[in-house]
Amino acid sequence: MRFFKDLKAGDYVILAITAAFLGAVWYQLAFQINYNWDWSGIPSFFVYYDEETGYQQNVLLIGFFNLIRIAIYSSILSVILGLGLALMRVSDRRWMNWTARVLVEFVRNIPPLVFLFIFYFFVSDMIFPVLGIRAFAQMLANSDSAVVGFLFGDRVFVENLIAGVICLSLFEAAYVSEIFRAGIESVGKDQREGARSVGVTKYQEMRYIVLPQAFEKTVPPLVGQLITLIKDTSIMSVISIQEFTFAGSEMVVSSGRIFEVWITVAVVYFIICYALSVYSRRLEIGRTGR
Amino acid sequence: MREKDQTPMNPPLIDISNLNKWYDDFHVLKDINLTVQSGEKIVICGPSGSGKSTLIRCVNALEAYQKGDILVGADRVDAEDKNVHKLRQRVGMVFQQFNLFAHMTVLENLCFGPVKALKLSKSEAEERARHFLTKVRIPEQADKYPSQLSGGQQQRVAIARSLCMNPDVMLFDEPTSALDPEMINEVLDTMIELADEGMTMLVVTHEMGFAKSVADQVVFMDHGAIVEQATPDTFFSNPKHERTRDFLTKIIQH
Repeated sequence: MRFFKDLKAGDYVILAITAAFLGAVWYQLAFQINYNWDWSGIPSFFVYYDEETGYQQNVLLIGFFNLIRIAIYSSILSVILGLGLALMRVSDRRWMNWTARVLVEFVRNIPPLVFLFIFYFFVSDMIFPVLGIRAFAQMLANSDSAVVGFLFGDRVFVENLIAGVICLSLFEAAYVSEIFRAGIESVGKDQREGARSVGVTKYQEMRYIVLPQAFEKTVPPLVGQLITLIKDTSIMSVISIQEFTFAGSEMVVSSGRIFEVWITVAVVYFIICYALSVYSRRLEIGRTGR
Repeated sequence: MREKDQTPMNPPLIDISNLNKWYDDFHVLKDINLTVQSGEKIVICGPSGSGKSTLIRCVNALEAYQKGDILVGADRVDAEDKNVHKLRQRVGMVFQQFNLFAHMTVLENLCFGPVKALKLSKSEAEERARHFLTKVRIPEQADKYPSQLSGGQQQRVAIARSLCMNPDVMLFDEPTSALDPEMINEVLDTMIELADEGMTMLVVTHEMGFAKSVADQVVFMDHGAIVEQATPDTFFSNPKHERTRDFLTKIIQH
């Protein structure tokens, strides 16, 4: 095989050490810590069969759907907010520039979990009542339309979900804005002056000349940030949003199958994120190949 | 020669008076006075760093200035004015590096200004674009991207893009300096044709042949000031200033 042909002596040493380490871990798990592996129950944590109602979603599948909902809403919202912040960062107006800068620096220099603790309570207790989102969320929660169920999952958590999505989006928007800003700044001054020379407005210059060229360059890093966002949805478990990690911890507690459940959870995250990163690499190759 | 009371027959199209510009402490333009009549062709030359590019970039407000006035028609050029884009629609600009929109085809490059700034319909703009592409003799390149064209072709597209706006005056900022030698003439020929049709032109260039055959006036700049202004005949055969003579020997030698 090509892989083994290219290896040097040092690589064999590293391979041997890795193999020995993995072997030791396996040995510990298999014979030393007296853990009974039992994967048989895992599929039923996703879907179970009920005599009366037929096949039913179980906690892990519900959590998985919530993960997808949160990821979709947050990525859309964070791209919108991020674009706004990026435009503020590149604006000539000093105050806009600084407002955006303060938010970005604030977010980038504290851990996501701490940000969530601060903003979740701030957003849900102070902003929501003022903006009427609380009333809106309660209205949604009280309606029994199937659409609401499809969009927000369990009605009891609609408000939590909205608050969580807003917090996560604010957080991710800071990073997205840096990606957009880099993209915008990578568009040469010549392009802007070309636009000015044909007498279009500043807005048109940004909209038709700068942003289209900036977006083209930002797609691969944006997908990278989306992967981070998907992983970051797991921190929402601490504010009791029934997303995938929260569901995982519930199943661990109720079933006691610690390793099986967490490994399953990890595999699902891995599949989503790895698929996206392969996709993003394809995009990059497609771009440079043009 | 540069006296304001030279009493032209018509009010000048461009009237630069007492123009001064600083980059922080660096005085880039010093008391520039220059008028351009409608239909007049003026070539500005001078050593690099003399401020000639900065001067014409001030005319369409790509650069701001701190003192003096530039009038285009009756309007004062002011880079801070929120209607500055209206003024730029009347003042065409051709850049050294072409500055074509990289993500648009040639045709889209040409239609962009007419559609977005002049609010022409797509079909009108396209008709106009094809007309000017034929004029600069590359109608067959309409659907290519700028990166697929040679430098000379790109610069001709840039000239056509500017023409599509029907400008009152065209500014050229060293239009042939970024070109390979064999492509310089195709661009100069286009410019000469334009001049013959009566376009008002303000051209920064080192092409002295172009200056001799096309210019009504040649302006020599050094260290941010206009040193000498004369008709090409006088300028080349009988330059008054030491620095002009110096410059001419250097430029003609190579």
